[in-house]
Amino acid sequence: MTEFLQQVVAGLASGSIYALLALGIVIVYRSTGVVNFAQGEMATFTTFIAWTLVDHGLSYWGAFGLTLVIAFVGGIALERVIVRPVEGRPPINGVILTIGLFILLGGLSNWIWKAEVRSFPPSRPFPTSAWDLGGVAVSKQDAGILAVTLLLMALLWLLFRYTKLGLALRASALNPVASRLVGIRVGWMLGLGWGLAAAIGAVAGLFTAAASPPLDPNMMRPVLIYAFAAAVVGGLESPVGAVVGGLVIGVVLNLISTYDTHLHLDLDPVRLPIALALILIVLLARPSGLFGRQVVRRV
Amino acid sequence: MAPLLELDEVRARYGPLEALHGVTLTVAEGEAVAVLGGNGAGKTTMLRAISGLVSASGEIRLGGERLARAPERVARAGIAHVPEGRGIFAELSVHENLRLGAYLDRRGFSESYERVCGHFPWLDRRRAQQAGTLSGGEQQMLAIARALMSRPRLLLLDEPSLGLAPIVVREIFRILGDLNEQEGLAILVVEQNAKLALRSSSRAYVLEVGRVALEGPSSELAEDESVRKSYLGY
Repeated sequence: MTEFLQQVVAGLASGSIYALLALGIVIVYRSTGVVNFAQGEMATFTTFIAWTLVDHGLSYWGAFGLTLVIAFVGGIALERVIVRPVEGRPPINGVILTIGLFILLGGLSNWIWKAEVRSFPPSRPFPTSAWDLGGVAVSKQDAGILAVTLLLMALLWLLFRYTKLGLALRASALNPVASRLVGIRVGWMLGLGWGLAAAIGAVAGLFTAAASPPLDPNMMRPVLIYAFAAAVVGGLESPVGAVVGGLVIGVVLNLISTYDTHLHLDLDPVRLPIALALILIVLLARPSGLFGRQVVRRV
Repeated sequence: MAPLLELDEVRARYGPLEALHGVTLTVAEGEAVAVLGGNGAGKTTMLRAISGLVSASGEIRLGGERLARAPERVARAGIAHVPEGRGIFAELSVHENLRLGAYLDRRGFSESYERVCGHFPWLDRRRAQQAGTLSGGEQQMLAIARALMSRPRLLLLDEPSLGLAPIVVREIFRILGDLNEQEGLAILVVEQNAKLALRSSSRAYVLEVGRVALEGPSSELAEDESVRKSYLGY
């Protein structure tokens, strides 16, 4: 039982990171209607920016904050310059564009920062010690990552649910023409959505680097698949769904690898296929996700 | 009355196709003006040109000042446009639609909300309902209510009777009449239902192939031989 709980805790930690990236995917989808396949590579890119800042003498948390600002501005710029032309077009255009962005940013990260081993973060962002909760060791780092994830989820939920800005963000994605007619500057809303998503993605990237060093230009590729599974399980529209989805996937995958050591089924190579199978099952059984609202429309 | 909205030789085109060939029209403060015309006469295009949804040449002024040619800025200037097909946010709740209507209003949501619910009492009872599940008539009323939430100086309506049952249409026009007479709201309504449009306006224009063919007091146009033959059917 203790081992089970221990593995659940470990799963929650990796699940938090999937959840963060999934949150970024949900924000972009909800505010611009585009599924952003480049979310992971954006996170990697910004994490390397943070590394560069630290390399130039900034403190870790100083670099962390500055990176979020850079990611936010960069996300807005990406939307205004590159994503703009595909908005309101058939979804396949957006898919092709963000896959292109994925390849472009991935290539850029590898080109600028090369694949050499870097120790980052220079010191741990959270204490390395652990709490002992009835025999289950909970590392302070895992707890810190989970806490930040839940905090960001709560803030986003409040933003979309209760603020005028959040409502305007949603309205812009749903009906741009009607939004403009009520006076919303739709162009800025779409940019803002990408900026927010990029900043949250940057947090995911920074935590991935902290949780599984060393820093690697391709570190977000598997995370992206899990994050997609999380976002789809949650219905692509719901920040809460994305986080719950991320945590569930983190725990399930971790339990599978743990018990596999007893079962000897050698399941580790199929971790990614399991995540993809999960996406497929959810899409077949409940296309709007476990947390998505089914849209009813009278015509 | 001073002119509120002035269109001066307004032309609009979709690509190579010119849909408005120089339309001149005015709406005075507090006036209800109807625009009649068949399909393709340019009625919708004219409203879209006012709102900046299609590019147009010629002068469009509101309260003597040139209107910007972007929908969000036209909305800021005080024009609320209820588009053809209503343009509500089907996925959002009734209440969220109304909050979006008040997006630009900094004077406080609750006062506008009470006023609007005075005209459409059912809105408050069904505030949590998803707008897309309302009936056609209710959706049209919600679209009008949302436009009112911005406290506009001028309300533009595009075919409010389209696809609705006669009893619902009468109800909608009764409320529009109240808004115009009791609150002095200026209204420019484009309508295929000529009889209703003429009865609920003080002045009217007839558009034919992108030009103003006739204009005058609605009561006179209702007597006009050609209007009766083409639009009233008797």
